[in-house]
Amino acid sequence: MKKDIILSGVGGQGILSIASVIDLAAIKSGLNVKQSEVHGMSQRGGAVQSHLRISDGIIYSDIISLGTADMIVSVEPLEALRYLSFLKQDGRIITSVNFYKNIENYPDETELIDELNRLNCLMIDAEKVAREVGNVKTSNMVVLGAAMPFLDLPQQNIEFAIAEIFKNKGQNIIDVNIMALRKGIELINL
Amino acid sequence: MNTELLLGDEAIALGAIDAGVSGVYAYPGTPSTEIMEYVQEYVKNFQEPIQASWSVNEKTAYEAALGMSYAGKRAMVCMKHVGLNVASDAFINSAITGVNGGLVLVVADDPSMHSSQNEQDSRFYGKFAMIPIIEPANQQEAYEAIKYAFDLSESLKLPVMLRITTRLAHSRSLLKRGHQREQNPLNPEKNLRRFVLLPNNARINYNYLIEQQKSIIEISENSPFNKIFEGTHLSKAIIAFGIGFNYVIEVLQKYNLSIPVLKIGQYPLPEKKIKMFSDKYDSVLIVEEGYPIFEEILKGFFGNDKFKGRLDGILPRTGELNPDIISNALSIKTKVYYEVPEIVRPRLPQLCQGCSHRDLFDYLKKILSNYPNYRVFSDIGCYTLGALPPYEIIHSCVDMGASVTMAKGAADAGFRPAIAVIGDSTFTHSGITGLIDAVNDNSPVTIIISDNRTTAMTGGQKSSGTDRIVSICKGVGVEENHIRKIEPLKKNEELNIKIITEEIEYNGVSVIISERECIQTAVRKKRQQS
Repeated sequence: MKKDIILSGVGGQGILSIASVIDLAAIKSGLNVKQSEVHGMSQRGGAVQSHLRISDGIIYSDIISLGTADMIVSVEPLEALRYLSFLKQDGRIITSVNFYKNIENYPDETELIDELNRLNCLMIDAEKVAREVGNVKTSNMVVLGAAMPFLDLPQQNIEFAIAEIFKNKGQNIIDVNIMALRKGIELINL
Repeated sequence: MNTELLLGDEAIALGAIDAGVSGVYAYPGTPSTEIMEYVQEYVKNFQEPIQASWSVNEKTAYEAALGMSYAGKRAMVCMKHVGLNVASDAFINSAITGVNGGLVLVVADDPSMHSSQNEQDSRFYGKFAMIPIIEPANQQEAYEAIKYAFDLSESLKLPVMLRITTRLAHSRSLLKRGHQREQNPLNPEKNLRRFVLLPNNARINYNYLIEQQKSIIEISENSPFNKIFEGTHLSKAIIAFGIGFNYVIEVLQKYNLSIPVLKIGQYPLPEKKIKMFSDKYDSVLIVEEGYPIFEEILKGFFGNDKFKGRLDGILPRTGELNPDIISNALSIKTKVYYEVPEIVRPRLPQLCQGCSHRDLFDYLKKILSNYPNYRVFSDIGCYTLGALPPYEIIHSCVDMGASVTMAKGAADAGFRPAIAVIGDSTFTHSGITGLIDAVNDNSPVTIIISDNRTTAMTGGQKSSGTDRIVSICKGVGVEENHIRKIEPLKKNEELNIKIITEEIEYNGVSVIISERECIQTAVRKKRQQS
C-alpha cells in the first residue's frame, strides 16, 4: 500500500489539520507516514501545501516526485491547480469549489472551473455542507470526507484521529468535525 | 518502545530531553522555532527541570548555553542559519575555550530561502570553528544524533553542531523513542584558565584544538552516520550528504538502479573512507543539500572532473534538492503529465486582516506622498511584507536591526527624511545598539517601532521587551519628548499622522512606538479565554 497525496490551500484554511488527521489515521492503521509542511512566512494568507506520503514500506523522500502523486486534495480551486505537475497520469483531484479571493488578479471563475473539469476532478461545495453542519470552519473536514473513498483508510481510524487532533477543543468541536467528515463522505456516495 | 509522529524539529527537542539536557536556549527563526516550542510544551506538561526560554537574540542564547556548559550541565542552543551570524563570535570562540558539560548547537539552514534572506550553509561555520558537525538524514536519526552529539561534545570537550535543513525541520515521521537519561550534576569547570582567552591562554587552547583534529577525523571514519550502501554499478557512485541521501535512495529504488552510495552524516569528512570509496569509480556524483562545500574540496583547485554535482551544473547551483533533481542528474527524465495552466497566479503571503502594521503603513503612505524622494529602511518580520503590494512602502530588509543603523547612515549622508520601521522583537534583538549610535551622534532619524507585543512571524513567541520599549528608549538616551506612543487604529488616523509628521520634521533622534497587539495572538487569547 502506497499513497502520495498533495494537500493544498491558502494559509489559515486548515490543510495542516487535514494532514494531521490523515497522518494519525494512517499510523493507527499500522502504516508509515512522512508529511512535509510549510511553516513561516507563507502561512500568512499565501499558498500553502503539504506533501503527505503513506506506505506499508519505508518512505525515504519527504518530497513527492513530479508526475507521481495519487491525488491532490485541495480546499480551494485555484490552489488545486497550482501543484498539477505532481499529479500522476491516472491521478485525481478532490477540491472544494469555494473561491478564496485575497489577490487582485484572481482568475476568472468560469475559466478556473473549466480547467478543473478537463481533469479527473471531483468538485464539492464544502462550505455549503459545513454551514449546514453548523460550523463553516469544518469545510476542510468535508473535503477530507470526499477524499475518503480514495484514501483506503478505515473511516473509524479517521474519526479516531479527528477526536485525537481536536481533543483540546472540546467534545462539541470533535462532534461537528466528525459530522462534517460524514457529510463529505455522503456527498460522494450519493 | 514508544513511537511518536514528530517534526524533525520536535525529534531534536525530544532527543535533547532524553539525552539529559538541562538548558535549551534559542531565538525564534524559521525553520528552527519548533524545537524550543516543543521543549517548552514538554516542560510545561511533565514539569521537567529544564531551563527553556527564548533569548533576546542568538548571541545571548549561545552564551547562556556556554555558561550552562561551564557549570557542568548539558546545554542546547537552537537557531536558524542567519542567526549563527549573530552568534558567531560566541560560537567560534567556544571552540577555542572548549566546553565542560555537553554543548550542542542546532542550526537549521533554509536552502531555497522559503523564509529567509539567503541560503548560507552552516557547515562552513562548523568547518571554520574546526568542530564536529552531525547532519541527520531523517527524523529518527535527528533524535538519535542529539544524544550522540552530547556524548561526542563531552568526550572531546568541544561544542558540536547539528545541522538540519528546512525539509527535515518541517517534515513529520514516526520515530521510536529511547530512554530518558539523567541530567548532569552541577560541576563547574575546574581549569580556571581555559575560559580566559587572553592571548597566552588562547594560543595554548588553539594549538590543542588543532591537535584534536586528527582524532576528530578518526571518529568520523567510524561514525554510524557515515555509511557505505553497496551497489553493483562498476563505474558510477554517489556521495550523499544529510537529507540528500533520502532523495538518492528514493530514486535508486524507484528506477531499480544499483549504484553504490556513501552516506555522509558526520564531519569533518572521513578522508580514508571517502578515498577508498571514490577511488573505485570513474564518476562520483556529490549530493549536498546546501552550498557545494565538499564538492569543491573533493574536486580540488584544478578541478578533478570525476566529481560531479552543483559546480558543473549536473545539479542546480542553488536551492533545495528533491528526487526529480537527482533523477535528472542520473539522466532519467521524469514525466510530467499535467502542466500547470496559465491562469494560475502566484498567491504571495500578506499581512493579516486587522494587523496593526497595516494601519501604520496606511499612515506612512499618506504622509510620505508629500515627500518627493522618500525611502523607508526596514527590517525582518511580518512588516517586511510592506515591501509588496498594496503598500510597497518599505525599501530595505537586510539583517536583524539594520533598519535603525541604515537610517542613521543615510541620515549622516544628508538623506532626509531618514525613517526606520522595525518590530518590537527585532528591536530588542539588535536594534537597541544602533539606536545608541544614533543618540550619540544626534543623527536626525525617525525610528518607528511597530510593536505588536510578540514575535509574530514565527508564530507568536514571547518578545523580550514587551511593556518596556519606552523605558528602553529613555534608558539609551532618546529625549523623552521625542518618544511618542501611538495606537494604530482607524479612528486615530488623523492624530497618528500628525504625531508621525511632527517627529519626521524633528531634526534629531525620535522614536515612535506604534503599539497594538498582533491580531493572531489576540484572537488566540480570546479563544482560550472562552
